[in-house]
Amino acid sequence: MSQIVLPKIDKSILIRKDEIVKKLSKIINCDNILSEADEVRPYETDALSVYTQTPLAVVLPENTQEVSEILKYCYKENIKVVPRGAGTGLSGGALPLQDAILLGLGKFNKIIEIDYENKCVVTQPGVTNLGITHAVEHKGYYYAPDPSSQLACSIGGNVAENSGGVHSLKYGTTTNNILGAEMVMMDGTICRFGSKSLDQEGYDLMGLICGSEGLLGVLTEVTVKILKKPQVVKAALIGFPTIKEGGDAASEIISKGIVPAGMEIMDKALIEATDNFSKAGYPRDAELLLIVELDGTESEVNELIKKVETICKKNNCSSLKFSKNEKERLSFWAGRKAAFPACGAMAPDYYCMDGSIPRGKLAEALLEIKKLSKKYNLPVANCFHAGDGNLHPLIMFDGNDKEQLKKTEEFGTEILKTCVKLGGVITGEHGVGVEKRELMCEMFNNTDIQQQLSIKKSLDEKNLLNPGKVYPILRKCAEQGRVHVHKNKDKFPDLPRF
Amino acid sequence: MSTKTKINSQIFQDSNNIYYPNNELEVSELIKEFYKLDSPTEIVGTNSKNYIGNKTQSANTTSLSKLSGIVDYKPEELYIKVKACTPIIEIEKKLEEYNQELAFETIDFGYIEDGKSNKGTVAGYLSCNYAGSRRFKVGSVRDHILGFRGINGKGEIIKSGGTVVKNVTGYDLSKLITGSFGTLVALTEITLKVLPKKDASNTVVIYINEPDKIFELFDKLSGSSSEISGATYIPEEKNNDFITNKHNIFKFNDLKSGVSFLAFRVEGDKISIDEKVKILKKELNLNELDFSILDVYQSEPFWKKVNNLELFEKTKNNVLRLVIPPSHGSKLIKYLENKHKYYVDWCGSLFWIEVQKKKEQKIKELKKIARNCGGYLTVIKTSSDYDYGEPVFMVDDIRLMISKKVKISFDPKRILNPGKMYRGV
Repeated sequence: MSQIVLPKIDKSILIRKDEIVKKLSKIINCDNILSEADEVRPYETDALSVYTQTPLAVVLPENTQEVSEILKYCYKENIKVVPRGAGTGLSGGALPLQDAILLGLGKFNKIIEIDYENKCVVTQPGVTNLGITHAVEHKGYYYAPDPSSQLACSIGGNVAENSGGVHSLKYGTTTNNILGAEMVMMDGTICRFGSKSLDQEGYDLMGLICGSEGLLGVLTEVTVKILKKPQVVKAALIGFPTIKEGGDAASEIISKGIVPAGMEIMDKALIEATDNFSKAGYPRDAELLLIVELDGTESEVNELIKKVETICKKNNCSSLKFSKNEKERLSFWAGRKAAFPACGAMAPDYYCMDGSIPRGKLAEALLEIKKLSKKYNLPVANCFHAGDGNLHPLIMFDGNDKEQLKKTEEFGTEILKTCVKLGGVITGEHGVGVEKRELMCEMFNNTDIQQQLSIKKSLDEKNLLNPGKVYPILRKCAEQGRVHVHKNKDKFPDLPRF
Repeated sequence: MSTKTKINSQIFQDSNNIYYPNNELEVSELIKEFYKLDSPTEIVGTNSKNYIGNKTQSANTTSLSKLSGIVDYKPEELYIKVKACTPIIEIEKKLEEYNQELAFETIDFGYIEDGKSNKGTVAGYLSCNYAGSRRFKVGSVRDHILGFRGINGKGEIIKSGGTVVKNVTGYDLSKLITGSFGTLVALTEITLKVLPKKDASNTVVIYINEPDKIFELFDKLSGSSSEISGATYIPEEKNNDFITNKHNIFKFNDLKSGVSFLAFRVEGDKISIDEKVKILKKELNLNELDFSILDVYQSEPFWKKVNNLELFEKTKNNVLRLVIPPSHGSKLIKYLENKHKYYVDWCGSLFWIEVQKKKEQKIKELKKIARNCGGYLTVIKTSSDYDYGEPVFMVDDIRLMISKKVKISFDPKRILNPGKMYRGV
């Protein structure tokens, strides 16, 4: 396990463990409290498995009232609480603390109401992202944000992280797709924001909660918007002989007024890795591969295809293929979706980074990463959500070699600093968590951070809710973190990561 | 000035004792002084929407109007960074050059004030968070703010967000600031997401007046994958002023007068508009209804009139903005019919309602309806006799408690626009 600084352990809480468990069992069914070593082990980490911690106890409430009572008790007794959804987060946002209760929302797994008239679904937070789409797809609807872990990640976790996905360029991230929420504050107060109506009057508290990484409250209900599936969806697979030409084409597609449903870039290393792994039929001679997905009505999509074709030819594409049917469209995505496991097959370990940059800087960022790869003598494969400038470089290394691990961490930090230097940010969709906490000062000065902490303090004055996450503990920019996958044993090896 | 707090500032004041800081640093210095002296200030831009919200009881007025100008516009990156009080008109003009736009569609609140266009500044617009007719398709103003810089109540310069769309670094303060009516920060710089303008639009007008049928159509429209970008219902009320106004405003070659109608907008290039209209005709069974189509030359001005509240032009009465889940819409129409002037936007979610002077009790009733439907009501413009006994914003006790906490975290001494939204905030 890598070392990371966590809040100072309150030993007075540790020695009161039995008493606390006993008290909690009066609030909720004792079968829903886990406190033995074997019972809590599965909860020691989220998907950032490089960090592990044993929680004081795991509590699994079944309704809002129980959450409220638990938090009220913890508030009174100064016990820290770490909320957890499905535990698929990639930045350690749900990493337990030894002196904290881990509050799992796994039992909040029911859809409360499907309201087609108001085009929304009211759901408990433990329902999976894909579960919402599955519940409405027979009527032609879907829930738009599609993080790669959508099969397992919970909607509550999506709200906490403001999750995006491949289609966020056109359809937005979680914050643009939720209408209402019920939340319990650290002192046990139950509050509701928004409803089935559009927008809300007054301070946009839902906007504040979304992406707050479980620091301001515990979600117990979410109302999400659902959309009608587009009539036609087609994808294009386009190869380029150089990084620059491919990057320029992606940038030009956007600047020419086209808003693709999704636009992904893969570099040569990843084209080869994924093609070996999934036999997707990608153009192996290309230095850069662009996947563009277009949706709309038949004529709209055909018109967009023509425009994309013209732009790509102008930028000297070496190959260009449009999907003729749904099967072919899915095959275009197969390789891209296998990007992470393909890297896992190439090296004992890989680190997945997550930064955002302006779209026009894609080529510059890729070339810089290539230079850094040489500097650190570590292979890297790159995939981008090119439409919105969100990049996921995958650094390959051997974790058994401590020197390589250190070099990888330095490499990753330099990539994120490059993102900031190019006008971007240190996290596009994975969140800050514990992983990029100390890098916050790359983007914000002390006044900015103090303002954010002041909001935290106003809603959780004792700093009991998910402490040690998002905001720097160290007074310098540390060099650690990122998603570490050892021997392709991701915490959730079956989940596609893209 | 005698009743005002003596401020030791070199910043220009006009004859009305309004401070006009020239730049961000001066705004910061000024608010630092107010903070030291415990002396609240009203924050204004060009006053185009100053009538919205409560009257603030401030010793000072700070105008940010000199903070104007485009800082950075990158059409290919789909963002524009501007100083806070850059006029909306200037931004829209610039975007037009590159065939882009603010997709949320701005409302020109000048028309209800005095019948003249006055879109005001971007900071004013952001502070209200009132999106136009395209809201239900593209999101609200808050969904198009990528980042900002501003001064909190202690006079500190703070920032949040950036210029990229995918950004989950820290709390999303851009959302919180949007719609906060200047009570959390004095904005100095704003980065907005921009989007390509659609080639053209057509508007299909269906002549209909039965509430249940209207909302059946709204339901089908919002559930269509043809992505309509506007849907309104404009009734023919039995009110002479309203009828005269309606006839004068909605005067188009292909629009029948003297009847109620539902209109929806389809955008795109010509081929896709034709295709979408064809699909929608089938989905809505349009051939069984009386309808007409406004071409692009009629469609564009039509939606400007809907957006700009021209039906309530120069009104001296109260103007309400009521938002509810559309499933309650037909009942609300039945309640409003022949009682108040109104029209419906956002495909059945937004009701603009005019309530006559001396009818605060009616506003109370409508608030109750909004609350029971899971919606909300804001009194956008008040009549001269409005005594504010009925608050202009709706808020429940818990949200008020949280709002107070949030306010204090930005502005511990309640220096910025105190009371503009709620008492104690």
